Amino acid sequence: MLRHGFYALFYKELLRVWKVSFQTVLSPVLTSLLYLLIFSHVLEQHVEVYPGVRYTAFLIPGLVIMSVLQNAFANSSSSLIQSKITGNIVFVLLAPIAYGEFFAAYVLASVLRGIVVGAGVYLAALGFAQPPLLHPLWIAAFAVIGSAMLGTMGIIAGIWAEKFDQLAGFQNFIIVPLTFLSGVFYSIHSLPEFWQVLSHFNPFFYMIDGFRYGFFGVSDVSPWLSLGIAGGCLALLAGVTLALLKSGYKLRH
Amino acid sequence: MIPAIEVHQVHKHFGSTRALDGVDLQIGQGEFFGLLGPNGAGKTTLINLLAGLALPDQGRLAVLGHDVVRNYRDSRRLLGVVPQELVFDPFFTVREVLRLQAGYFGLRRNDDWIDEVMHHLDLSDKADSNMRRLSGGMKRRVLVAQALVHKPPVIVLDEPTAGVDVELRQSLWQFIRRLNRDGHTVLLTTHYLEEAETLCNRIAMLKLGKIVALDSTQNLLKSIAGCRVWLKLSGILPPVLLPQVVDQADEGYVLALQDYLSLETVLAALRGANITVQEMQLQQPDLETVFLQVVGRGRDA
Repeated sequence: MLRHGFYALFYKELLRVWKVSFQTVLSPVLTSLLYLLIFSHVLEQHVEVYPGVRYTAFLIPGLVIMSVLQNAFANSSSSLIQSKITGNIVFVLLAPIAYGEFFAAYVLASVLRGIVVGAGVYLAALGFAQPPLLHPLWIAAFAVIGSAMLGTMGIIAGIWAEKFDQLAGFQNFIIVPLTFLSGVFYSIHSLPEFWQVLSHFNPFFYMIDGFRYGFFGVSDVSPWLSLGIAGGCLALLAGVTLALLKSGYKLRH
Repeated sequence: MIPAIEVHQVHKHFGSTRALDGVDLQIGQGEFFGLLGPNGAGKTTLINLLAGLALPDQGRLAVLGHDVVRNYRDSRRLLGVVPQELVFDPFFTVREVLRLQAGYFGLRRNDDWIDEVMHHLDLSDKADSNMRRLSGGMKRRVLVAQALVHKPPVIVLDEPTAGVDVELRQSLWQFIRRLNRDGHTVLLTTHYLEEAETLCNRIAMLKLGKIVALDSTQNLLKSIAGCRVWLKLSGILPPVLLPQVVDQADEGYVLALQDYLSLETVLAALRGANITVQEMQLQQPDLETVFLQVVGRGRDA
């Protein structure tokens, strides 16, 4: 059951995003547009991933979900590491907030930030190409599950890291490779077989593939399989995170 | 009556360091209690355990009867802690910080109390300033205000006046004393011994994780220190007085006295030896003396 402590913490997280929205919302939208501009300009004439779909249109859902995932991760991880390093995490730790509420507040704020940024990227990208919107429910499902999963990973990283460079390491060596090797910019069918097989072990691949299915109705694997794997990964990570929070790992000594 | 704070056989170590080594302590409701000790004695560790910022290895702590581990929601709701470190959230204004903090404790509309707290801590005209723009002293006031937003019956202040100007110290103590008179229990750690002396009705001294003295402030002052006299003499101190010498300073002797009456015995002994007193100074017992006696010299406070 969620009590008022949860709402206050959730509200604080959103207020924080809002106060620095230039950096938390506008700048990631701009970054994604730069990707779109460059990749579509270079590859539009040369690549056709799905028959009859322009490369730029193909790229848009990938960029959108990539923004959703990266911003969800950035939200919880940077909020936590900043609070830890400046020491103001103590205000939350002193309060009668249960670990489940703590978890829910940070994850939901991450989901919201991820989706707002994703929507921003999508709307801005419509100026370049208009991918179809065949199954909006699938789109919503993968956006929510994906951002919740990355928000959860952000909590783990934010609690684990003691310095900003450790957090950057987590991001550069885990989050970025998993995102880039998941089919954001391509269909994995265009990869050599070894990388195709490897990609199937990457949970991010399923989130991106399922998300793209919501637009085009075409995907590398069944969206149900993607939903199951993404959902399973989320449940597993959530379990780990709740156990860490319950034990007070690196928060309560 | 249920004690405000109950600490039962608490042990806590960090690696090979024993921060707390079997601490027992009971603080009654309505007390103004002082926790003293040199740096590293375990004061902050004890407070962190009470607040749930750290978990005990052994033993039990309770706030108004609520176990701080098992019933942490209740115990934390009853506890207001002013942390020692000057921490703040740079994203928000003073009022936002206080409203959020009240929200964490489940209070939605208590702007009246927030205004009152800000008023008593002279924060009212900074209500809409960003935390980043406040001076150190102002940030310290906000920390105190944050600890009080939920009107906790038990207030814990971990060196709240470290690096704070005289004016704030005065207004802060006035406010805390008022809260104490209204029935709030106060637990204070401080390095300013005169502060503890004037404010606290009871005092515990910690050394290396153990309580080495625990008594009412009055008893501590009476029992351990006695009073002292500094004498500058025309000759050498008669041997009969040697056992009373506690120090030799400024070309004179410091003698310990049971009470003022025993001063007469000292003077009589001097007359008998034909020695005259050139200068004399009576020294009142103070907590500093007690502290140094109990905890030992070489503290780095």
